[in-house]
Amino acid sequence: MTALEVLATGPLVLVEDAGRPGLAAVGVGRSGAADRTAHRLGARLAGHPEERAALEVLLGGLTVRALGRLTVALTGAPAPATLDGRPVAHATLVDVPDGATLTLGMPATGLRTYLTVRGGIDVPPVLGSRSTDTLSGLGPPAVEVGDVLPVGAACGRFPTVDHAAHPSVRRAGPMLLEVLPGPRAAWVGGWDTGLGGLLEGARVVDGETDRVGLRLSGSAIERDAAWRGVELPSEGMVRGAVQVPPSGEPVLFLADHPVTGGYPVVGVLTASACDRAAQLRPGNAVRLIRAPAAG
Amino acid sequence: MTGAGRAGVAVEVLPVGDEGLLLEVADLDAVLALEGTLRAAVAAGGRASRGVTDVVPGARTVLLLTEAGADLPALRAAVLALSESVRVERGSVGGPGEEAAPTSPEVQIAVRYDGPDLDEVAARTGLSRAEVVTAHTGMPWRVAFGGFAPGFAYLVGGDPRLEVPRRDRPRPSVPAGAVGLAGTFSGVYPRSSPGGWQLLGTTDAVLWDVDRAPPALLGSGTTVRFVDVEATS
Repeated sequence: MTALEVLATGPLVLVEDAGRPGLAAVGVGRSGAADRTAHRLGARLAGHPEERAALEVLLGGLTVRALGRLTVALTGAPAPATLDGRPVAHATLVDVPDGATLTLGMPATGLRTYLTVRGGIDVPPVLGSRSTDTLSGLGPPAVEVGDVLPVGAACGRFPTVDHAAHPSVRRAGPMLLEVLPGPRAAWVGGWDTGLGGLLEGARVVDGETDRVGLRLSGSAIERDAAWRGVELPSEGMVRGAVQVPPSGEPVLFLADHPVTGGYPVVGVLTASACDRAAQLRPGNAVRLIRAPAAG
Repeated sequence: MTGAGRAGVAVEVLPVGDEGLLLEVADLDAVLALEGTLRAAVAAGGRASRGVTDVVPGARTVLLLTEAGADLPALRAAVLALSESVRVERGSVGGPGEEAAPTSPEVQIAVRYDGPDLDEVAARTGLSRAEVVTAHTGMPWRVAFGGFAPGFAYLVGGDPRLEVPRRDRPRPSVPAGAVGLAGTFSGVYPRSSPGGWQLLGTTDAVLWDVDRAPPALLGSGTTVRFVDVEATS
């Protein structure tokens, strides 16, 4: 059996896969990797199915020892990493000899780095998934020092691509997040008029950010006069939903969002914008812009 | 008052980004009818199921979640075609004063009415704190649908005087066992989570236990009676 022995953790290390879709009616959300693009890239580099689980490492700080020879890849936030003290590249397949130690430092930008091990992290699934849902508490507990995480059997052919190009430097200024119309756009004056100011100016990620969602401070979103004081009957929520409570301070839902909610969703981030939003740190500036497809 | 069903249900299809559609209908009866039809279509693998990964009922809506790249215009057309065959059973959900079906399970939930929003609910309803408690415990509630979080059940059919809006700003953290009101619903938070409901009190009842079968204490159709622990001690 091959495994990862955990020698140190940073602020938070979770096991995440593609999530557990299909259970919302009993209140179980999909959850899964917060940055699906990064998780998927890791799976592709490792040459295993996207349903396999990886480690989602918040702000680095993880040190693991290989029990058996492993093949790994790091994707997502570019945490500087070393293998037995020697630097290893990001978004590249890395051969880890038995007993070698892999250490992740703090990424200069972004929040979540994915450590994918070929074969996947093979802890017992809960309701069909190995993802930790931080809102519901379902799935494996957070990874702790001393854990020995089993690695699944490699399947499929050995990958032929061993490196993926990735932007090493982000453009300056606020991160641009593309938005599509939400079901309750009319509540803030409609899509054509700019969603009550949501699409104007920069907003800043508030300190209260986690896998459930993040609050965006900035000018308050004005509710249209016709909808003031109106209560929305609870309805299903989606990842990427931009919800506007009466306070006017928008909330953006990430992977562990509640499956239903009662504040109007005026816009929804595209899936790819949602993955980038999952890499935002408190204090980062963002601008919400119309997604090209929305015209 | 279960009446003859009528064929067809009016559905408004609302956009919800690039991985879903929100279907709005007139009321909860129509939601349950449409949800049932959609689930059957998904199980049968029909056109209205292509790319659908989840069906999420709400008070007046059914959310369809899809995989990335699903053909949403085609799904929309398929759903609208399907909606013409949906039959809505009137009174399938308990209203005030309606007798529950004799077979429906009943659960008693003991509550300490010490919630932070008791005064606010009293002010908004024109009742005293004691009258709010009496109203909440006086009539049986019934599970309409689940959602929000594992084990959370939207309860309907309680005292109509208790209709209050959600809080203006949601709390980042509501404790497990918190008993709240929002709109015409009551509910119990199964575990600590963010939430915007008006909180009346707390219970020690375990709403969700993944090692229990079924994990949810309040399944569909369950009758719920809230009991004031102060009154019984």
